[in-house]
Amino acid sequence: MTRSDTNAVEVRGLVKHYGETKALDGVDLEVREGTVLGVLGPNGAGKTTLVRCLSTLVVPDAGTATVAGYDVVRQPRELRRAIGLTGQYASVDEKLSGWENLYMIGRLLDLSRRDARRRADELLERFSLTEAARRVAAGYSGGMRRRLDLAASMIGRPAVLYLDEPTTGLDPRTRNEVWDEVRAMVAEGATVLLTTQYMEEAEQLASELTVVDRGRVIARGGIDELKARVGGRTLQIRPVDPAVVPAMVRALDETGLGGVAGATAVPDEGQLYVPILSDTQLTAVVGLLAERGFAVAHLATQLPTLDEVFLAVTGSKAPIADGTANPESDPVAEEVTV
Amino acid sequence: MSTATTTRPTAGTTSASTVAGGGERIGLRSHLRHIGALARRNVLQIKQDPESMFDVLLMPIIFVLLFVYVFGGAIAGQGRQEDYVNYLVPGLMAMMGMNVAMGIGTGINDDFRKGVMDRFRTMPIARSSVLVAKIVVELGRMLVATAILLGMGFLLGMEIKTSVGGLLAAVALSAAFGSALMWVFMLLGLALPTAQAVQGMAMLVLMPLQFGSSIFAPPSTMPGWLQAFTDYNPLSNLADAARGLMGGGAVAHPVWMTLAWSAGITLIAAPLAVARFRKKT
Repeated sequence: MTRSDTNAVEVRGLVKHYGETKALDGVDLEVREGTVLGVLGPNGAGKTTLVRCLSTLVVPDAGTATVAGYDVVRQPRELRRAIGLTGQYASVDEKLSGWENLYMIGRLLDLSRRDARRRADELLERFSLTEAARRVAAGYSGGMRRRLDLAASMIGRPAVLYLDEPTTGLDPRTRNEVWDEVRAMVAEGATVLLTTQYMEEAEQLASELTVVDRGRVIARGGIDELKARVGGRTLQIRPVDPAVVPAMVRALDETGLGGVAGATAVPDEGQLYVPILSDTQLTAVVGLLAERGFAVAHLATQLPTLDEVFLAVTGSKAPIADGTANPESDPVAEEVTV
Repeated sequence: MSTATTTRPTAGTTSASTVAGGGERIGLRSHLRHIGALARRNVLQIKQDPESMFDVLLMPIIFVLLFVYVFGGAIAGQGRQEDYVNYLVPGLMAMMGMNVAMGIGTGINDDFRKGVMDRFRTMPIARSSVLVAKIVVELGRMLVATAILLGMGFLLGMEIKTSVGGLLAAVALSAAFGSALMWVFMLLGLALPTAQAVQGMAMLVLMPLQFGSSIFAPPSTMPGWLQAFTDYNPLSNLADAARGLMGGGAVAHPVWMTLAWSAGITLIAAPLAVARFRKKT
């Protein structure tokens, strides 16, 4: 057995092709025990295939992967005991009640009747589903279903949890609920591999980030390093009078607060964008606006989007949504370790 | 890193069987527990969706009434419908198994489209448990259909001329054959893309087998080439065996033939279905 001291998940040169499609084209990554690794990438980047390989649903064509010390190909049964999977589509039985779903999974994990019952009650309570426990899951809201799905993944107290786009399709409030649950699990020591299309989600939950595109890793590093690379946040300013936008840009550039890239005016929108690298700079910018007496109608900071991350690490636009955009650009960009 | 990164797993089908075979064994008690938990799931699904029982509740009633009163007079002679009940009901027992078995194909196909199947497949259970649980529950449904069929038969004047033991043996025999067929339909359900395709394919196979047999009418009235077919049709064997076990007469040949068919079909279809289930991604 090849057990690593610190890595709960280790993937080396993982390849999975579906005909001409290279879903995974030599992926390397590792997740340290007790941490959350965010795997960020657009649709079709190979995120789901990666999770399916790591959960024994798909056999890789080449490469190795070990989870909790078990090889995905040679020790699937031991490995299955160590993992929990919550997919993009809730994997609960819709015709069963929440309680019955959890009880069934407890029994499939060889808990005694009593323990399975107790664990089901416990997890329903914890995921705030006690009131809906006896109702059929088909009648649950999207968020409730996702929470039930998380609860189902937690029954066997897995060492490693895969969350495959856990909040795709959820409204913002429900998304926050799911995030809270994930944070609670991590606080209890779970190792999580999280795939997402949203920089914000990665920022909220992950400590390390691996950016994938077309089956390859294109960047990796700590979330702060990567953010710094991308240029951190952007401050959006809309003055009451659109005509002062150029004056604002001048003021910012004069004082050196415009940031490395400089403040950008978008006259059509009547607003300007300032790249923000630190909280100090942000405070200084706001202070400057007040000092010079600019009347401001709207202020907002924005995280870099997946688009901007891609722009920064590959120099090409992210092929969001269809995965086929910009065939010209070289998808096999140099891997940048930041 | 301590992980060996140089070994390259073999690709394709060979590694699929490695996935299935490797690792810790699952004990018999665990196995039964898993099947029990999954069977409970299937029963709860029926409770949630009672219409899914319509086929086993109504089909036997409709078939008995239809055949006894619409065709019975023509087949057995006017006014002799009661004789025809004694001929028909054991035959219909054979058919019931086939019809219930057909449903399993569309059911498993539907099931596969749901995310819960992925969860089962990432759990430390034998992958066959999901299929075996389904068969257990379908056998239960088949027994309900058989009970209703026999009830209808008795209402219309059917008599058991042998013994309760004979009757039970006939029921057991049709259950054995029915479960063998379930593996076939399960294989179809796993191999064909949609539930509709499964249904269409199943009907194509079912119709000639059902009507080209001794279920509804004695083959002696059929042309020679068709008789040759009905003689080898396992449904004829089962119908004849059930008829003998319930109404008296020589049963050894059809009983053995039915058992042989059941064992043969199961031995071929079950491993194929399980393999197909494992490979499905």
